[in-house]
Formats: sequence, structure tokens, C-alpha cells
Amino acid sequence: MSIEIQGVSKAFGPQPVLRDVSLSLPGGELTALLGPSGCGKTTLLRILAGLEAPDAGQVRLEGEDLHGRSARERNVGLVFQHYALFRHLTVGENVAFPLRVRRRPKGEVAARVAELLELVQLGGLARRYPSQLSGGQRQRVALARALATQPKVLLLDEPFGALDARVRQELRRWLRRLHDELHVTSVFVTHDQEEAFEVSDRVVLMNAGRVEQVGTPAQVFEEPASPFVMRFLGAVNVFRGRVDGGRAYVGDLEFSAPSAGERSPAHVFVRPHELEVSLGPVPGSFAARVERVVTLGSAVRVELRAPPYGDRLEAELDPRRLHALDLKPGDEVHLSPRRVRVFAGRDAELDSLTASNL
Amino acid sequence: MDAVATRHAAAARAAAVPRPDFRRATADAPWVRRLLTAVALLFLAAFLLVPAAAVLWEALRGGLQLWWKAVSEPDALSAIRLTLLVAAIAVPLNTFFGVAAAWSLTRFRFRGQNLLLSLIDLPFGVSPVIAGMVTILLFGAQGILGAWCQAHGIRIAFAVPGIVLATVFVTFPFVARELIPFMQQLGTEEEEAALVMGASGWQILTRVTLPNVRWSLFYGVILCNARAMGEFGAVSVVSGHIRGLTNTIPLHVEILYNEYAFRASFAVASLLFLLALVTLVVKKTVEWKQAASRASRSAA
Repeated sequence: MSIEIQGVSKAFGPQPVLRDVSLSLPGGELTALLGPSGCGKTTLLRILAGLEAPDAGQVRLEGEDLHGRSARERNVGLVFQHYALFRHLTVGENVAFPLRVRRRPKGEVAARVAELLELVQLGGLARRYPSQLSGGQRQRVALARALATQPKVLLLDEPFGALDARVRQELRRWLRRLHDELHVTSVFVTHDQEEAFEVSDRVVLMNAGRVEQVGTPAQVFEEPASPFVMRFLGAVNVFRGRVDGGRAYVGDLEFSAPSAGERSPAHVFVRPHELEVSLGPVPGSFAARVERVVTLGSAVRVELRAPPYGDRLEAELDPRRLHALDLKPGDEVHLSPRRVRVFAGRDAELDSLTASNL
Repeated sequence: MDAVATRHAAAARAAAVPRPDFRRATADAPWVRRLLTAVALLFLAAFLLVPAAAVLWEALRGGLQLWWKAVSEPDALSAIRLTLLVAAIAVPLNTFFGVAAAWSLTRFRFRGQNLLLSLIDLPFGVSPVIAGMVTILLFGAQGILGAWCQAHGIRIAFAVPGIVLATVFVTFPFVARELIPFMQQLGTEEEEAALVMGASGWQILTRVTLPNVRWSLFYGVILCNARAMGEFGAVSVVSGHIRGLTNTIPLHVEILYNEYAFRASFAVASLLFLLALVTLVVKKTVEWKQAASRASRSAA
């Protein structure tokens, strides 16, 4: 079931939450709505479910306009962040609920409940109450319940938000496998980049009520469409510079920036793992002083100072490289960006981040 | 030039440094505690236990036979019947309105919401006597609606309908007041979930909302009932004190007392006292049940 969202806007009082959002989600895919809190992603999900009505715009499911169709009639599955299991009903009764309110025959309900609980690997727990389950188990009950009526679309609101890290990892993989089995068109909301990348086929990045970029995880990470996307998807060093004639300039450094326009201020972004650290100067490098070395497990983060380039730079190395360089706070090193991304134009927010040293 | 590293959610979580425990021993000196406890217990004894014991003592002093006689004489029986009738009408009505008010106040947003919320409390703030007076003013012989009622042969003031109206007014807040905070705390997620799953409004109410609030609702109903049966002021104004016709238990107690039939008066009063005891036990049970269901929710 493909989902078409066209020009959807929504405001709560004077506060716009969604501004002219248009999206096209092909059927059978698992899409992540990714963005910081308050970006409108949950509101968009609730509009899809029919729990909120858009002020303007259209939502179409497989070409059919959903306007005026209440949440009751849409047959979408929705998994809430805190699961919203009925606490006075057992696991089995929870899963049976959507079938019972539709007055399906008893035998069919029982068979379907057994099948669904098997699917989410909770076969033996039908008689338990939600309060007797762990967070991960509750999440799976919620999922089974949402799938009970074979919905056209499955919507998940921060499905792993309330779980601890270990369970979250497991459930993510499990959800991905489940989706590969069922191929139901799914949309899930998350603020966690890692989660979005791990689970989804397609990522929709949202910011301040607008869609910033849509693409596969690799696309949005490798070719971020805006400074926001660049900064939201992991740590990044931001340099202020300028562009002119297809080149970007930051201090004494010069980079190729073929898509940049003529003579304009610009921001140059370098991911920490793409900032090379060497002991001696190399072409295209600048001097910096090591402030702190932080071990992150599989990687090491080096925090550096390099006036006038930046007060708080970060480079990420693998531990063996660090060992070879033998870095300690106070050491003098040289940094050379291996890969840069240039965004021309002014950006008040970025300027405020980079203004301190200029 | 400067450079800044932005980090995402993982770092934000790491920033939630465990807070030091600021809890401190705030206990007062032992003698303060003992003194306060003693004062509270003495107060309780003086104003609750002693009067309660006195009622029971007076009621049963003449023996069970006399007690039974006082309770089972025709006027007393008629008062009991009327009280039960009034409660049987007022309590279901206010249960219905209470659920409706709590539902609309916690599940919708509309203009005048706060006004409605404070209006629900009005009967608590107004003397019950006023409630009775209002009924007379509206439905009495000189009342605004009185003439119309008389023309159609409907008796409201100084009759059972007036007593019911006054009781409904006085007991209106109990169910709504009990439900509103509980339903606010409960949130709407489960109801939304039911809606998305295709449940109708009625199904949501009967299968999700009411089961969730059942203990609060039950408690509200019990309180409402206790007040409906025990209400004196409002009923006293509208009833007209016609023996065997418009006397409720509290009014009957007063009449007997004014006629110096002390023993009979206390015997009938002991019925109300029993009602209070039942209410108390139910209240405790419900609170215990609620605490249990809250515990299971916070675990959920």
C-alpha cells in the first residue's frame, strides 16, 4: 500500500507543527521518520492514523483519499510509544480486542490470536497481564495487536524509546526480520539516527515541520542535502569559510566545491572520522593541539584546539592508529580533512555556532 | 574560525548524569512526633469516636427489641423507603452525569472547560439549605415554574420529586470529582489505541475507559450514595416534613428528637451510622484496589 502525502500542514494554536509536507512512500517498505523532538514527526504519524486531522493537504493510501475517513475506518495498525496495552485485559485478550470489536467469530479470533502470539514469540504468555511482562514483551504484544486485523499500514511511534539499550538492539533486528517476512508498509518515528539506519529501507529527515531529505540510509548519510541533515546525523566539525568559482576556502585551506555558487559565505563540514591526524605537517593540513583523548570502545575520540580554525574540534581514530601516534593532551599535531561537504549561503544557526573565534 | 561538534541522541542520554541523592532525614524530635500524634488521636476520639459510641450506646441501651421497634414502626419504615428511593434515583443520575462530565472534561478541549470544572464544584461551595430554597423558589406555589406545575397537576415542592431534585443537586460533584483527576492521570492513549483498532465510542467507553476507572467510579458512587442518604439541609427545606410521606431518615431522626423520643431517634440514627461504617470499609477497600492497579500501571 503506497502512501502519498501532499502539502500537509498542521498547527496547534498559533504553533505550526507541519508546514506543507509532501512525501511519497512506496508500498511494502519500512520508512523511518527521523528528526529531533518537536519536528512534527509524531504529528505526521498521527495524521496518517487519523488521530489528527491536517489543516491543509491530502493523505492518500493506494490512491484513495483518506480525508473524512476516521481512525476507526482506516484499518491501520498503530503501536504507541508506551504500548497503550489494555491493563485490565490479558495478553490474549489484548490481541483479540481489534477482532472482537469487529465481531469476528470466536473460533477465528482464537486461531488468529494464537497465530499472532506465535509470530511475536509469546506463545505461552496469553494468560498473563501486561503488568507481568517485560518492556520488550509488551512491545511485542502491542505489535501483535496492531497486526491483528491485517492492516494496510503499520505505524510505530518511537517503538523502542522506552526500552533499555540491549533489548532495543534485539527488537530492532527482530522488527526488521518481521518486516521482511510480512512486507506490510510500515512507518516508524524515531529521534535516534542509529535506529533509523539499522531498521529502515528509507529515511525521511524532518526538521521544524518540514521534510529536509528523503533517501536510503546510505544516501542521507553520504550526501546530506542540508546543513541540518549533516549535523543531525552524527558528530561533525563545522568551519566557516567562503566559496568562489567552484572552490571553497577555509583559512589557508582550499577544497574543491563544484556545486557551490559564486562568491558567497559558506560552511564546511568534516566528520570526525574524516579528519586525519598526523604528527608532522602534510599538504592541506593545519596545526592543532590535543586537549583530551576519550576512549569510546571501538574508536577513540580526540578533542583538539586549532585557533583560528576552531576551539573544539573532534577527530575519531581507531585505537591502533592512536597507539601509533601516541597522542597525549598538549601534543602538537596536524589535521587534514579527508572529505569535506560544503554548504554555501548564510545560516544564522550555524553562524552562531562558529562566530566565537572570528 | 571555530568548529563545533554536534552530537545526537546517544550523547544527550549520556549527559543525564546521575543526580546525587538529596534526601535527608527530615524527622522532627521524638517528643514533637509523640505530641502531634497524641493531639491528633485525642481530637479524633473527642469528635468522632465518642459521638459515634454515644449514638450506638443510646440506640441500643433499651435492648435490641426496642431498637427493632423504633426502626420498624410505619413512619420509620416509610422514611427508610423514601431514603432508598431518593438514593435509587439520585445516585444513578449523578453516576451518569458524573461519567459524562468527567469524560468531556478530560477527553475534549473546548471553550468554557474551566468554567464547567468550577461549576461542578458549586454544590460543595453552596450551603445545602440554598439548594433546597432554590427548588422551592422554582417549583413552589409562588415559584417561576410553580404555576405551570400546579396547572398540570405536578407536585414538586413539598413532595418526593423536590426531595430528589435537591438531593441530585447536592450530590452532583461526588462522581465527577472522583473521576476527573484519575482520568487526567490515565491519559488517552489506550482509548486512541482502541479507536485505531476500530472500536466504536460505546465500545471504547465500556471496554476500555470504564474498566480502567472502575474503582474510582465505584468510590465516587459510594460517596454519592452516602451523601444522598444522609442529606439533611436541602431535603429539610423542600420536604415539608409530612410524616409517612416526605420524611427521609435524617428528617425522621430530627422529628423524633424534637418530640423527645430520644431512644427511637438514636435507633433510627444508628442506621445512618451503619451506612457510614459500610462506606468507610468500601472506601478503604477501593483505595487498596486503586493502589494495586496504580502499582501495576507504573510497572506497565
